Formats: sequence, structure tokens, C-alpha cells
Amino acid sequence: MQTLLRTPLFDRHVALGARLVPFAGWEMPVQYEGVIPEHFAVRRDCGVFDVSHMGELEVEGPPARDFLQSLLSNDLDRIGPGQAQYTLLTNDQGGIVDDLIAYERSPESFLLIVNASNREADFAWLQERELDGMEVRDVSDGYALLAVQGSRSLERLGLEEAPTFTFADGEIDGVECTINRTGYTGEVGVELLVAADAAGELWDRVLERGAVPCGLGARDTLRLEVCYPLHGNDISPETDAISAGLGWVCALDKEFTGVAELRRVKEEGPARRLAAFVMDEPGIPRQGMAILDGAGQAVGEVTSGSHSPMLERGIGLGYVAADLAQPGTEVMIDIRGRSRRASVTKKPIYSREERNGG
Amino acid sequence: MAAESYPDDLRYHREHDWARIDGDEATFGITWFAQDALGELVHFEAPEDGATVNKDQGYAEVESVKAVSDVIAPLSGEILEVNSAIADAPETVNADPYGEGWLLRVRLTDPSEVDSLLDAEAYRQFLADQG
Repeated sequence: MQTLLRTPLFDRHVALGARLVPFAGWEMPVQYEGVIPEHFAVRRDCGVFDVSHMGELEVEGPPARDFLQSLLSNDLDRIGPGQAQYTLLTNDQGGIVDDLIAYERSPESFLLIVNASNREADFAWLQERELDGMEVRDVSDGYALLAVQGSRSLERLGLEEAPTFTFADGEIDGVECTINRTGYTGEVGVELLVAADAAGELWDRVLERGAVPCGLGARDTLRLEVCYPLHGNDISPETDAISAGLGWVCALDKEFTGVAELRRVKEEGPARRLAAFVMDEPGIPRQGMAILDGAGQAVGEVTSGSHSPMLERGIGLGYVAADLAQPGTEVMIDIRGRSRRASVTKKPIYSREERNGG
Repeated sequence: MAAESYPDDLRYHREHDWARIDGDEATFGITWFAQDALGELVHFEAPEDGATVNKDQGYAEVESVKAVSDVIAPLSGEILEVNSAIADAPETVNADPYGEGWLLRVRLTDPSEVDSLLDAEAYRQFLADQG
């Protein structure tokens, strides 16, 4: 039997009555009070997620920047110290080994925050390609990560606004941490990177400031409403960034692993695209369900699907033939043998700008 | 959400369904344990009015954000009424699983099947034995 890993906050999750589930080898809270109230807490106020299962990889040394430039899809020359960038680790076929955020701490020191399920694969990938004069280290065990997200999160934490994808060392009520202006919910917020042995204290301070503890269930519905892809569902080593709609994080004018294939896909146009859809009839789409055209022919597959608390209906992402990926296209989802109508919609499915009348 | 309870006037199926017997008619629903395990319900896939249900077989689906579950018929019967309010407000099942959250009313085709169901005490023991 495989032993599940636990974050430094495990005992606190248990004390709060969380429902714990296995996720990527970790025993993680999927919900406390319930997915829907936690979802609303983030959209309307402030929630905190323990995402300490995510991996942290350090890449240091004079060749670090050139090394990462050759392996990651986005252009690191567009950021400097104190800035971060969403980017992809790609394979020779242009497939996505992982999606991650690269933090430039100094010109010769980068921190990569990666998906828990890909931590070992990413680390091995980087180590195998390591250059003389630099080092790649898996420093995940030394850190915990708390995502504090929501329309009132900065106010709750007493933080000033700052541009997204920046970061700085700071403190919350005396607990030192790195404050990353990043997130996975579509709301304003921060991700607090903290030494593992200070994580409990930071969590307590954040809860005292009124953040609602939120589990991975709400994290999934929040990211799906704003169409952030989930690696392993919507993107994988078998899918390319162009088809996934992630061309905007691929600097095709620089050289990196798989760039030739991505240029080809871009030039020829992808055969299929990752489309967002909203159900027009009752029913909840789930990963693996067939997407059908108006004639009932299978034209794709759902990669993520759930109930949207904001729209109060089923929503999802899935790959469809490129000509069916246009917003407004009517499709059907095969929900356990019942064909239910859905419409392809523009991404994101939900945005706070629209809610605010923008 | 309702507090955990298993009323004494109901009979229970091991798939976590309840039946309230009234002569040759019965009302069905899911137990507190079932709704708690699923979490907040967001969809009820109702059976067709006028269809029949067969003991131990699925007649509907209930879904939460994270999971879908077949609803098993504790007894066989002809459907008299589906609780149409649940389609619009499935969370009613979480709030009141034995009252407003009922799912189906049937005319029993084999009332002797009732003998195979658990009473409340036996169901509570069954849950305790499941750990």
C-alpha cells in the first residue's frame, strides 16, 4: 500500500473537519464546509487553499537563464528579478510535460512552482539536461504554499495592490513569506510561499483575518469557470500548446524543445482545439464523455467538466474538431447515454470583469 | 445541511436509500449518509413519469459537484409521482432528506419485498460496521 504524503497543515485540516482525499500522492482536503460555499467565499470575499503539495524546483547558476530559455516555451527575457511568468515545459513533439510558473529571483536564480503530479518528472527532465556550472534542486519539502484568493483577499491580508506575476519577500502578521501575485481562481489574490515549519502559524494568521478554508474541490470549479487548464486533464505530454489555446505562452521566435512542431501546428492550423462549453440542458459533463455534433457523431471528448456555481449549470472543456470550436457552435454531450445540448462559448466562461460591469 | 438522523418509521436499503411504506404505496429517497457522502447535490436526473422501478436497480441519478451516484430502488413498483421540485432545487435533498427531499412515490408491485429491508436500528448498525 502506498503511503500518502501530508502537508505541514494536515492536522489543521483534520481539526477543521475537512474531507480528505488522495490527490497526486498526497492526502489533501477536497472540502471543509462544502464545495459551493467555498467557491462563493472566493468569488465574493476571501478563501485560503493549502497547495503545499505543489513542487518547488530551484535552478541556479550562471547558465540558468539560457538553460530555462531552451526548455520553457515562454520568453524569460520578458521578465526580470521580482517577476514571474506562466510557461510550459515542452517535449520534442511540442507536447506539454508540465505547465508551471517561473519566478526570477535574480538573473542566476529561478524558482519553478510545478504541479504536484509532475514534480518528479519535471525534476528528472531538468536534471538530465543540466549544464556545467548550474544546479537543479528539488526544494519542495522545505516549503508550504498557501493560496489566498478572492475579491477581498488583499484587504483581508492588509496588502497593497501589486501587478500580477510579481513577487516580493514580506510578512503577514509577523510570519515571513514570499508574496506571489499569482493564483488559479480568476480572482485577485496571492500565493504565499513559506518555510514548512512556519506554515501552521501563517495558516492560523490568515484564518484569523477572515479567509475561509477552501479545498481542492472549489479550486477545481473556480479554475474551470475561468478556463485555466489542468495538467493531466486538459493538457498533457500528448497535447500541444497551440491546440490547447496556449499559443500566447509560446515564444515561437526563440528556440526551445519542440518549437519546430509548434510552429508547424500554428502554420497549418490545429486539427482540433480545446473549447469551452456551457450546458443548455440539465446534466453535468464529466471528463471522458463524448462531445457530439448536431448529427450525433462523436467530434471530441470532455477533458474537464463540472457544475458551475456562478452559472448554476454544467460547464466544461474539451477538444473538438477545429471548425466546431467557434463560440456559438451547438454540440451535444453524451451524458451516460443521454445526449444533452451544449454551446461552445468564448473563454473564460466566467470573468470577474463582466460581473463588475466592465 | 440537516443533522445526521435515520427515522424509526422508515425502512432502509443497504445502498443508502429509504422507503416510507403506506399500505401498497411507498415514498423513496436517499439517506442522510448518502447525501453527506455526495455533498451538495446540483443535479437530479429523474425517471420518466409512469415508468416502473425494480428493486435493487437504479431508477435515477443524483449528482454533486464532484460525483454522480445511481439511486437504487429499495422496492419494486409503478411510479405514481416524481418530486419535480428536486430538479429545480436538488439541494433540498441535503437540507431535508426524509421530508421535502423525497424523490419518488410508487405503487408497490410486490409488498412482500418490504421484509428484505432494514429497520432503522439495523441500518444504523450497518453504517457502524462499514466503519
